[in-house]
Amino acid sequence: MDMGLIFKIGIAGILVSILFTVLKQAGRDEYAYVTVLAGLVVILVLVVRLLSDLFTMVKAVFQLY
Amino acid sequence: MEILSVVGAGLIVAVMAVIIKQQRPEMALQLSLAFGALVFLLMLGKISGVLEVLKELSQRASVNQFYLATVLKIVGVAYIAEFGAQVCRDAGEGAIAAKIEFAAKVIIIVLAVPIVVAIIESLLKLLA
Repeated sequence: MDMGLIFKIGIAGILVSILFTVLKQAGRDEYAYVTVLAGLVVILVLVVRLLSDLFTMVKAVFQLY
Repeated sequence: MEILSVVGAGLIVAVMAVIIKQQRPEMALQLSLAFGALVFLLMLGKISGVLEVLKELSQRASVNQFYLATVLKIVGVAYIAEFGAQVCRDAGEGAIAAKIEFAAKVIIIVLAVPIVVAIIESLLKLLA
């Protein structure tokens, strides 16, 4: 079981929320939102790759095509 | 024992998700999505082993391969739809989850039509 991706997502989530709080406290609301969006997109790319792996494997196992 | 690693990882993910959810619920959703996909992938290898045995048994019983393939397809559609619906429901989008389940039901009915037709045809043959 590849826990690296899980920890990557967890660390990214904590990091993004810290950055969001810091930037918001500094009065840079727009940068805070951009940070959240960028973190979300980066993690989404990783998750979508994993999901595509899953779907191809399910297709192969259950002969779905 | 794989169950130990799955349970341990699940507990870790649950703790992380609870921490993250307060600040960023969307990240917590992605966390649970990734965990679900990982567990699914882990179990898929075992399912494929069971399916191999099932295929061999059906060949030995000389069951039409088309029927077994249809049943397998239905099981696959059900698994995938359940996965997607659970994730959507987890995110609080019950309506989208219901739509996914509806689509899965329709697709399963479409897949099952040839089997139903075959059953009715053999019934008619018996009656005639």
